[in-house]
Amino acid sequence: MLDINKISKTFNPGTVNEKTAVKDLSLHLDDGEFVTIIGANGAGKSTLFNAICGNFYTDSGSIILDGKDITFLPAYKRSPFIGHLFQDPMLGTAPGMTIEENLALAAGKGGWLSKVTKAEKEKFAEKLSLLDMGLENRMKQPVGLLSGGQRQALTLLMATINPPKLLLLDEHTAALDPATAEKVLALTDSIVREENLTCLMITHNMQSALDLGNRTLMMDQGNIVLDIKGKERENLTVEDLLVKFKECVGKALDNDRMLLA
Amino acid sequence: MSFGSLLGLGQTAIELGLINAITVLALFLSYSMLNVCDLSTDGCFTLGACVGAVVAISGNPYLSIPAAMCAGVISGFITALLQTRMGVDSLLSGIIVNTGLYSINIAIMGNSSLLNMNKTRTVFTDLKAALEGTFLHGQSKLIIALIAVALVVLFLSLFLKTKLGLAIRATGNNPDMVKSSSINPAFTTTVGLCISNSFTALSGCLLAQSQKSVNIDIGSGMVTIALASLLIGGTFMGKGGIPKRATGVVLGSIIFRIIYAIALRFDMPASMLKLVSSVIVIIAISGPYIRSKYPLLKRRLDYYSKKESGGNA
Repeated sequence: MLDINKISKTFNPGTVNEKTAVKDLSLHLDDGEFVTIIGANGAGKSTLFNAICGNFYTDSGSIILDGKDITFLPAYKRSPFIGHLFQDPMLGTAPGMTIEENLALAAGKGGWLSKVTKAEKEKFAEKLSLLDMGLENRMKQPVGLLSGGQRQALTLLMATINPPKLLLLDEHTAALDPATAEKVLALTDSIVREENLTCLMITHNMQSALDLGNRTLMMDQGNIVLDIKGKERENLTVEDLLVKFKECVGKALDNDRMLLA
Repeated sequence: MSFGSLLGLGQTAIELGLINAITVLALFLSYSMLNVCDLSTDGCFTLGACVGAVVAISGNPYLSIPAAMCAGVISGFITALLQTRMGVDSLLSGIIVNTGLYSINIAIMGNSSLLNMNKTRTVFTDLKAALEGTFLHGQSKLIIALIAVALVVLFLSLFLKTKLGLAIRATGNNPDMVKSSSINPAFTTTVGLCISNSFTALSGCLLAQSQKSVNIDIGSGMVTIALASLLIGGTFMGKGGIPKRATGVVLGSIIFRIIYAIALRFDMPASMLKLVSSVIVIIAISGPYIRSKYPLLKRRLDYYSKKESGGNA
């Protein structure tokens, strides 16, 4: 499904601000895998996502999605098959446009000059009712009037209305209150299962990192330091994960020391 | 002043308001929808006037309109090219194109800064001849301006609901969202500016033909007038669907012209008129802002006056 081969990305090369955010990272995802990613701030999680969705090109390595080499494909050409949600719920929707117009933009099959059909509008209302937020009765209202949680749920719907090959969730519930966050997470889980999406989710919540999905990665210093799935993952508790987290970080530090010595 | 001359003034204001409204609608697309302040508007307006006049003088009054619009598309394309593909800031690219157009416009008019169309067949003279003897005789300016405005409003209402129209609106409304979507902002900006500039040029072409002359200054200050009209329209009908908002900006343009006509009535020297348009823009922009601050000001005044009189505020 997704094959990342030894990608690296260095920001501000040759300056004092030089920072290697991702280093020789390789990752293989199978079809339908739902992977949660944890790691400290600055570990390279978001850089990995930005590399996958093409916000910048990598310095080395290749990215292959579903058999197609997308290493140098511009972002807007990748986005039809890669959905991307951010932490900030304001980033994913246009506030001055109505719910219906936002959905139409996301669903937008057909040519540039095509209009939203009645059947499509009904489909939108049906999908909105699944959110259980009453949005199906507010289709003509501008999105700017919605709360952060409602906007993020709408963004999730927009990102998956044409099922993407890959869904990238970058801490998409971190800015929401606990109850809403839980709701959006449950929604994420059900949509990913229903559409059998391949999904990568960054989270800082160890519990949801283990509860959701079927594989967990841990990142540190621009690389994947832990990759668990199957039986090993089922038996893992949050405490174990935290211990492993500290272990991995420690090991990485030791490696550095060995290299420097 | 007689009632007749007042009526005449009102009619002129409405005619001019409608012709300018096409430029205002162009800015409605580029400024309100795409969020690009297109400062090439002045030059593009003159470009449309020059191209339209030259084609009409050559004996093709009907060809003059599409020719002017095509010239507008090219101008819009270059403005868009500078800001989407060549890293020029969007305001700056408008100013640069505007400056360049000055020379181009003079070249189009055959190295002259003035063209006279007193004896030229135009869409206006043709319609006037066709209406000879009917009760609509003498209303050709109003009719043509009204048809053109109606067509542009209709076009925008339909176009902004298509997928491309929605993409253009999203580009202006939330660039971050567009960045992570399948919309190429360079493409939507280019399409938006091409369309809006074709309207600006159409507006210039119609104004030149209706007043039977073009000079190089015909478009100067147009962007200020159009922005003022846009903002006046926004205060009346700023919310709601696209057709309503587009109609609002047309009304804004007519209201602006009426205010202008009133200023003229006060024997304002012609050289003062640009100052009048600047003041109207300032009032149109700062008025709503100051009004929104008024409740706080009032509360503060109340608060301190009660404190002084010893009461518990």
